[in-house]
Amino acid sequence: MPQNEYIEQHIKKHGRRLDHEERKRKREAREGHRVAKDAQNLKGWRAKQFAKKRYSEKASMKKKIKAHQESKVKGDPTPKEDNGEALPTYLLDRDVNNSAKAISSSIKQKRLEKADKFSVPLPKVKGISEEEMFKVIKTGKSKSKSWKRMITKHTFVGEGFTRRPVKMERIIRPSALRQKKANVTHPELGVTVFLPILGVKKNPQSPMYTQLGVLTKGTIIEVNVSELGLVTAGGKVVWGKYAQVTNEPDRDGCVNAVLLV
Amino acid sequence: MATLIPPPSKKQRKEAQNVRDVDIIPDNLPNVLIKFQASDTGDSVGGSIRVPGGITEKQLEDLLNNLRGETEEPVPYTFALLNTDGDKTSQVEIRDNLYTSVLKPGLKTTEDFMTLVYTPRAVFKVRPVTRSNAAIAGHGSTILCASFAPNDSGRVCTGAGDSTARIWDCDTSTPFRTLSGHSNWVLCVSYSPCGTMIATGSMDNTVRLWDAESGKPIGGSLTGHSKWITSITWEPLHLVKEGDKPRLASSSKDGTIKVWDSSTRNCIYTMSGHTNSVSCVKWSGSNIIYSVSHDKTIRVWDMKAGGKCMQVLKSHSHWVNHLSISTEYVLRRGGFDYNSTRSTAKKSSPEELRKNALAQYEKVAKVGGSINERIVTASDDFTMFLWEPLKSNKPICRMTGHQKLVNFVSFSPDGRYIVSCAFDNSAKIWDGLRGTFIGTFRGHVAPVYQCAWSADSRLLVTCSKDTTLKVWDVRTRKLSVDLPGHSDEVYAVDWSLDGKRVASGGKDKMLRLWSR
Repeated sequence: MPQNEYIEQHIKKHGRRLDHEERKRKREAREGHRVAKDAQNLKGWRAKQFAKKRYSEKASMKKKIKAHQESKVKGDPTPKEDNGEALPTYLLDRDVNNSAKAISSSIKQKRLEKADKFSVPLPKVKGISEEEMFKVIKTGKSKSKSWKRMITKHTFVGEGFTRRPVKMERIIRPSALRQKKANVTHPELGVTVFLPILGVKKNPQSPMYTQLGVLTKGTIIEVNVSELGLVTAGGKVVWGKYAQVTNEPDRDGCVNAVLLV
Repeated sequence: MATLIPPPSKKQRKEAQNVRDVDIIPDNLPNVLIKFQASDTGDSVGGSIRVPGGITEKQLEDLLNNLRGETEEPVPYTFALLNTDGDKTSQVEIRDNLYTSVLKPGLKTTEDFMTLVYTPRAVFKVRPVTRSNAAIAGHGSTILCASFAPNDSGRVCTGAGDSTARIWDCDTSTPFRTLSGHSNWVLCVSYSPCGTMIATGSMDNTVRLWDAESGKPIGGSLTGHSKWITSITWEPLHLVKEGDKPRLASSSKDGTIKVWDSSTRNCIYTMSGHTNSVSCVKWSGSNIIYSVSHDKTIRVWDMKAGGKCMQVLKSHSHWVNHLSISTEYVLRRGGFDYNSTRSTAKKSSPEELRKNALAQYEKVAKVGGSINERIVTASDDFTMFLWEPLKSNKPICRMTGHQKLVNFVSFSPDGRYIVSCAFDNSAKIWDGLRGTFIGTFRGHVAPVYQCAWSADSRLLVTCSKDTTLKVWDVRTRKLSVDLPGHSDEVYAVDWSLDGKRVASGGKDKMLRLWSR
């Protein structure tokens, strides 16, 4: 018990005075008399305060009485306010999972707001120098030529990609660093799904990296969302959607992305 | 890097390389011996006949019509081979010609004697709807249910979340009447089989009756239920006594079924027994009410004995969601047929309608010479059961195959097929007599909510959460037409009883009418 609650402490220890209940009842019974006296006698600021309190009490009481009377009235009540949540009988007892729904409606909403069409979650990324991106590979009998490069970042190469002949291949995309799938998060639903990558749309570092399919932080990739079951307004299944890579794949060994909705 | 379409998988490539079957009937096919047998009575026609082995369905039809002496007005038929395998008999449908469907798969050789079971098809043909010819705004909220009038394809009634039901004029694509009186969502609407009344059930626990022509309320609300109304069914027209109006039964979330007299507007019987929400109720042609409930049971109530519970059918292991009777389409249609309109409907007297209703009912209900009424129930346990409750309290068949809960089942108008709509994005079609699996309709990308049959049992339309309607051809089991147009989930769909129109409504508040 806090230190200042000495009254409560006293009551707890010794109980109330014997006529407490009776005094309380009497005081409550005289409440009306006190209010009437105050209403007549109070002056100035206190009178104003009193009147304000009295007015709000009376208004709320009137409202209450009216609501009470209305509930007892027979006949056609006014229709319930519609909140757009009406459901057919077969869906009433089910907790309808609206995730795909939420996605598709949020897509529609986004389309309406064309203004921020090009805004992405990661607007700026740190530049990567060519030295960091490419490793020089020395070739030739005496390893004197150095026109070959190997990419040190993770890449996406399309399905059915065949390397060029070794003699011609200037840029090597190591097969150990190739990625086919990405962990894609839906920003509003907070769900993460492992989806196949369809292509690299844009690498902010350089158009050449876009062409090579390099996956670095901030890269826009296209992912296959067909298993999420999204539909367009025309009833067609949404198939590919863009996502932005949020991590540095070469540090984590996986690609994490956030869906652009 | 531009978007690359993934190349075909290995499986697809292999399939493409396979030799395609070519449907050519060999020239040197010998004649075969066949016999025709009626599917309903089991009588055989014309004894055994020698026909070419590659005889087509059309030729079989002509032959049969000749044998039956119906050359003036030929009746279309479907044929199926009665295949006896040990002690099991099954029917193999003949499509196109005898060679491709029987001889080529090796079911029978040309030496064998074949029994062909014939079934008459509807004499009229419904053509698939292909376009949306109207999107009518009017409802202020989600459309929850829709139903066409039995006597007229020009009137459709919808119930919505804005506490009103509306009647629409489909000929002019305009709102016709607004039925306002409920104080909460209108969950179910149902036309009486005589076509003069509409019953609406609502979230406000009441049922209301309306005049179908003027849209005026018939008296006040029918109160008694303590929770919302889940479904409404009317008494079949041929059971209605001389000079009476059909009664109606309503089921509610509170676990009871109430039968109301539509003329005195009193509750005649209250049938309680279900321990949980009653999800669907249907009044059958043999004066029995079937009800299914979330308490996993199906109850059979005898209306001849004043609503006594005859049977409790237990087999489902989860909520039972929906129920269909093999004759429900013909009961809903009352005494009207596919070419009745508003004007012709007015001319026919109640006695005449009742007589027609009985004749039509018996035509569909009779199998092998006696009345046979089957019901199918769909459940949350992903299965369906086919029952014949008047004969046995054990199911005929358990129909498994869906991978999510089955929301809706419906017998085809002729009772030969069952279609089931499930939340696994597919609809499946089953044999209506034995419950064997026939095929799957895949194409929707979201749960399929409901479906509606065309009156000739050749087509059906499904509505889904993926905002589309799809028309399916029952014969080929393929998608016939895809109907996008709604901008949100489609909750209700109905096909008019003359096959001209389809009406659908859903979350986008628009009633859409579809036609050819």
